[in-house]
Amino acid sequence: MKATVILRTATRALRRNVLRTLLTTLGIVIGVGAVITMMEIGNGATRAIQRTLTSIGANTLAIIPGAQNVGGINFGIGSQTTLTPKDAEAITRECAAVANVSPVVRARTQIVFGNRNWVPTYIYGTDPAFLEVRDWADMDAGTAFTEQDVRNLSKVCLVGRTIVRELFGGVSPIGKEVRIRNVAFKVIGVLGPKGANMMGMDQDDTLLAPWTTIKFRVVATSLSSGNQSALNSANTTEVNSLSNLYPNVAGSTNTITLYPTQSSNELADVPQPIRFANVDQIMANARSAEDIPTAIQEINSVLRESHHLKPGDLNDFTVRDMTEITKAMSSTTELITKLLMYVAMISLIVGGVGIMNIMLVSVTERTREIGLRMAVGAEPGDILRQFLAEAIALCLLGGVMGIAAGRGASIIVSRLLHWPTMPSVGAIVTAVVVSASVGVIFGFYPAWKGSRLDPIDALRYE
Amino acid sequence: MSDLIRLKDIYKIYHLGEIDLPVLKGVSLAVGRGELVALMGASGSGKSTLMNILGCLDHPTTGEYWLDGQDISHHGPRERARLRNRTFGFVFQSFNLLPRMSALENVVMPMDYAHKHAPEAQRRQRALDMLAKVGLAGRSHHQPSQLSGGEQQRVAIARSLINSPSILLADEPTGNLDSSTSEEILAMFKVLNQEDGITIILVTHDPTVAGYARRVIRMKDGLVQESGGAA
Repeated sequence: MKATVILRTATRALRRNVLRTLLTTLGIVIGVGAVITMMEIGNGATRAIQRTLTSIGANTLAIIPGAQNVGGINFGIGSQTTLTPKDAEAITRECAAVANVSPVVRARTQIVFGNRNWVPTYIYGTDPAFLEVRDWADMDAGTAFTEQDVRNLSKVCLVGRTIVRELFGGVSPIGKEVRIRNVAFKVIGVLGPKGANMMGMDQDDTLLAPWTTIKFRVVATSLSSGNQSALNSANTTEVNSLSNLYPNVAGSTNTITLYPTQSSNELADVPQPIRFANVDQIMANARSAEDIPTAIQEINSVLRESHHLKPGDLNDFTVRDMTEITKAMSSTTELITKLLMYVAMISLIVGGVGIMNIMLVSVTERTREIGLRMAVGAEPGDILRQFLAEAIALCLLGGVMGIAAGRGASIIVSRLLHWPTMPSVGAIVTAVVVSASVGVIFGFYPAWKGSRLDPIDALRYE
Repeated sequence: MSDLIRLKDIYKIYHLGEIDLPVLKGVSLAVGRGELVALMGASGSGKSTLMNILGCLDHPTTGEYWLDGQDISHHGPRERARLRNRTFGFVFQSFNLLPRMSALENVVMPMDYAHKHAPEAQRRQRALDMLAKVGLAGRSHHQPSQLSGGEQQRVAIARSLINSPSILLADEPTGNLDSSTSEEILAMFKVLNQEDGITIILVTHDPTVAGYARRVIRMKDGLVQESGGAA
């Protein structure tokens, strides 16, 4: 028997009793519809949570230099000056699982605008990739600074909303100048709102500027601002007088000098301290949550190589991630999605049993037809295929209607309840495959029963 | 071995629990090609069982069945289905048309199981020709319920002929018909036998029907009593 003939016979049999066909498929319609709706809502929720996680930096990796230990005094993590912008470049170049990399130089100091001043929680010297890393590319106003600004040590900056409110009184700061340690920075952009981070710190209280500018014009060295114990000789504060200590000493003030002041020529001859181009940390983000472990591994191997660490040497840096938070949150949604799926699957099984029931009735009802078909030459296999085809056609019909119902339901849910839903091709494929297999599984027994009938008994059946 | 059908010592024993119920007790007979045979007997004589065995709907408990020189006693369900499809045509007392299918669809149906796949249009044309042959040219789209008994039986005959069988088995073909319609149907059998050379076996208990046959086989208590003169 040809497939087209089988199909035609099956559809004709189903058309014979349209109401019964529709009622029989109802179970599958509801089952498939529920599976699709659940998967779309679940996917939407997962996507929404992932987006939230990304915005608080769940995919973000922080690469922090190791601890410096000088003469028994441990300065804590981040006190070594081992990380350089070259490391950031190496990571960009060699780590496939890393999407964006950006160096960060931190400062904490007062910023001044007009007669107001403010100390932002974060002053970050960085590069344009930082906005990508932290998923912050949506600017409220203005534009981000460029690589060119980084190369040129441009005195430009981006400010967060909190700074706009506190320092500029809510007026647009674009084009205005703020002073950071007496260096005037032009505000070229306002960062989009981000709210508090997971530690409760206000992320909108941020000022971003090219890392070169912050490094060389503002903090001069990272350590001087970061660690009081590590103040180095590059400090420009000169003490060449005792007048502050002994203001009433005989003689005119400021005449007592401890050593002769240097002339400008002499100053020019004194070798300047090397500009350490180290950065306080490197921020990177993995391409996706799944790529985080790979990214960490790649970063480790790249940095060990660029830092010339021998096998067995401890890392002089640390890579930190937020895996645990990501895991906790996404496992929750996954669990809920799966739970809903299983509940929906149960209704599919119930629908399948309904189909089996009706097919058994149908086989009994059509015993004479089976007998006749056998008498005119139908093999048992032909009868089996015919009834199996009917069951599968029923289930596929239910599947198609279920897909429509599921899509409809998820559209209604997203329109009326404003729940995030996401159309999923996977869900539709699953639904079709599942409903076809429900047809095979639950249609097989009735079809097999029909095919095992004895033609003589079947013909005589009343 | 020019006989189309040859039965030798056919036994059919039904096992009803502990009791063995022999229905056929050693039937031997031969039917030549192109014969029109009536198989007569009272109810319970085993004629229906014999016809089922002849039509490959059933298989004998013991004995040999030679069809066209081939021993088919040991054929399995699939081979027997193939024989029913191609070699035999069946006409039943109760017509056994599929309800809610048109006469045309009923006639086409056995071709679904024939293993030569003709195009759809060709199959329909062949079915229409068959319906015209039995005098139902204008009624091909009627459902069985819209046809009279005689017309239904003609549809059944058209259906039985669709795969060009060499043997037509008719089980009380006129049992549900009035006498004038019966005559038409029987006349049709006669024409089929004489013009198309189809071997026809009529199962009946009606002597009038048997009168149309050239040879009468009488059965009693599971045995062939009288197989008539071999034609």
